Amino acid sequence: MSESQAAPTDPVITVTNLVKQFGRFAALRGVSASFNAHRLYGILGDNGAGKTTMLRMLAGLVAPTRGEISILGTKSPRDVCRELGYMAHPSLLYDEMSGMENLHYFSRLYGLENDARCAEIITAVGLDPMLSRPVGQYSQGMRQRMSLARALLNDPKILLLDEPFSNVDIRSAREMVKLLAHMRDGGKTIFVVTHQASLLEGAADEFIWMDGGLIINRTPDLKFMETA
Amino acid sequence: MSAPTGVMLETLTKDIRLEWRSKDAINSMLFFALLVVVVFSFSFDPNAEESRQIAGGLIWVAFLFASVVALNQTWARELRNQVLDAYRVSPAPANALFLAKAVGNFIFVVILEALMVPLFVVFYKLRVLGPAWQLIPVAALGTWAIVVNGTFFAAMSVRTRSREIMLPLLLFPITIPALISTVEATTVILVGDPATSAKFWIVLLATYDVMFTLACLALFETVLHAE
Amino acid sequence: MRKAFPILGILTAIFLSYALYLALEVAPREQTMGDVQRIFYYHVPSAWTAFLLFFINFIASIQYLVRRSRSSDKVANWTLITVAVVTCIASVVIAMVPDLKKALPQGTYPSSIATTGIIIAGMYFLIRKYFSVEAVDALAVTTAEVGVVFCTVVLVTGPLWARPVWGIWWTWDVRLTSTLVLWLIYVSYLILRRFSSSGQTPVMAAALAVFGALDVPLVYFSIWIFRTQHPQPVVGGGGSIDPRMLHVLLMNWLAFLCFAFLVCWSRYRLERIKREVEETQALEALLEPRSVPR
Repeated sequence: MSESQAAPTDPVITVTNLVKQFGRFAALRGVSASFNAHRLYGILGDNGAGKTTMLRMLAGLVAPTRGEISILGTKSPRDVCRELGYMAHPSLLYDEMSGMENLHYFSRLYGLENDARCAEIITAVGLDPMLSRPVGQYSQGMRQRMSLARALLNDPKILLLDEPFSNVDIRSAREMVKLLAHMRDGGKTIFVVTHQASLLEGAADEFIWMDGGLIINRTPDLKFMETA
Repeated sequence: MSAPTGVMLETLTKDIRLEWRSKDAINSMLFFALLVVVVFSFSFDPNAEESRQIAGGLIWVAFLFASVVALNQTWARELRNQVLDAYRVSPAPANALFLAKAVGNFIFVVILEALMVPLFVVFYKLRVLGPAWQLIPVAALGTWAIVVNGTFFAAMSVRTRSREIMLPLLLFPITIPALISTVEATTVILVGDPATSAKFWIVLLATYDVMFTLACLALFETVLHAE
Repeated sequence: MRKAFPILGILTAIFLSYALYLALEVAPREQTMGDVQRIFYYHVPSAWTAFLLFFINFIASIQYLVRRSRSSDKVANWTLITVAVVTCIASVVIAMVPDLKKALPQGTYPSSIATTGIIIAGMYFLIRKYFSVEAVDALAVTTAEVGVVFCTVVLVTGPLWARPVWGIWWTWDVRLTSTLVLWLIYVSYLILRRFSSSGQTPVMAAALAVFGALDVPLVYFSIWIFRTQHPQPVVGGGGSIDPRMLHVLLMNWLAFLCFAFLVCWSRYRLERIKREVEETQALEALLEPRSVPR
């Protein structure tokens, strides 16, 4: 691959006419868009708008009924899964293990064997790597941050985060946003699906508004929400 | 290419560690295994000679029922926080996960068997009249037959309604040849008639194990990634 | 289909009646078993039909799994071609070497091997040609359902035959037991299809069918060994068969096949139409403008 550092204007993900139907319910109705590198995108919209479906499709967890995805030059997210980090509302962690043990295990799935790196990432999200408490006993804020740490294990080029701030206290949420902006500045492309758009104000490069399975607008700020 | 074995060993040790920590699953299952043996003993109360003829069947049916209880919780931890999504998103090969779960289940069921066998011996006053060492390959191959298919069907049942009943429903018909083989082999060894040999059955069991292990490995990735 | 179906239906009804007449009146009375033996003309064709349908289900399931990616599709095609070629070569070799010829089980010829191989490969490619990947799943459902019906007939008529003749309802006979296991596998297949959510049903059902297909020969073989160690009463006529009886048997089988074909055809059409309706409804849902709250 000739791109070691995608220039900010190169599209890193392009979706063409993405359709996803679950029986009679159309979660996505023909989404076409392209997204550039080194950006923090906020994906906003009501429940049922298709945000989660699209994110899961970009992660390779859901196959489109119709349409195409081009991600980092390939047609299938699973081909580039090493460059993807995914975080969802369930924590994707084992409740019975501590944070460090969880990261230790998941890093092995990527063939990484660096415990020091796991400790670094845990510290970066603002948690204590030495904490031996099992994740199941964490507060929601801590759990979301540990989940984010898991998504960062393989140092992915693209981060896909689904509701990372839900039920998280304001302070933790703001720190997470700061961290995301910092990572964006460091070269990552980040997609955040959230209901709490105001948290991303100032940090996000672009807001993607979805409704009824389609992208209805893309704006650099939240003014659209006021006129909606 | 140590990645697949690395992932498999890592997953296996993680599962064993977690099971050891909570111990609730294995405790309740050990107790269930004990109950099964006791209930069977009340239902069938033969003298020593008859018991050798039927013990093979009884033991393996008891193992089968105890295994189902163990197999049903194979993926329970993974389902709790959608951890399987994390696995699917990673580059780790699906088969490594499958083998880790299958081997973990195998160890689990062997522990159950190790508890149940002495109880059966005591309640049925069993004595092995044939070559006792042959019981080891029979037990190992028979247990693997149940466990390898059980782990696979457990993954399939996870995506259905009524998942606890779905597992035995799918598993029992498919394991019939293995069940016949293990029961016959065990009976032959227990009875110890020099005219009979368990060798045919052991070979058949080994064939069954190889065929179905390959089939599971070939199809597990498809089942894991099915939406 | 509208025109052909009623005509074929009537023809099949006539054929079935004729076959029944042959079975009840024309076929010679069996020496030892008497008239009860005539259930044989119902039992055996049902069995052969069920096995054929399940075999088609097996092919359809493999195709569903294999045709979703080009590489596995190619591998499968070449495997089938190799099977056909190898069985032909094997037949020729066995025919030419007298020792091998003697080793064959009684009643089979060297050419049987080639015929089997060619038929299997032929069926695979015919199905592949005339059924698309979505259609192949509808074919799998159809053959499984109709196969279970015929298999049930076998399992009911078996004991009905055995009881008056041999005095027992059931025996762990190789064929009867294998049929029972096959029935169990396919009933669990149908339950799996019903209980899984629609997105993954075809894939998982296809996987189960493959497992079932691997299982059946093992069942057959294990019961066969079991019986050599535990001799049991034999149900069903072994050995040679009177040519007039063979004629009636084959006629009945043909009639059953026609009937099975008609049932499968209508079930298949039903399944295809059902899926078309679902797709159309899904497309309509797609085009409907969802109200955008403002």
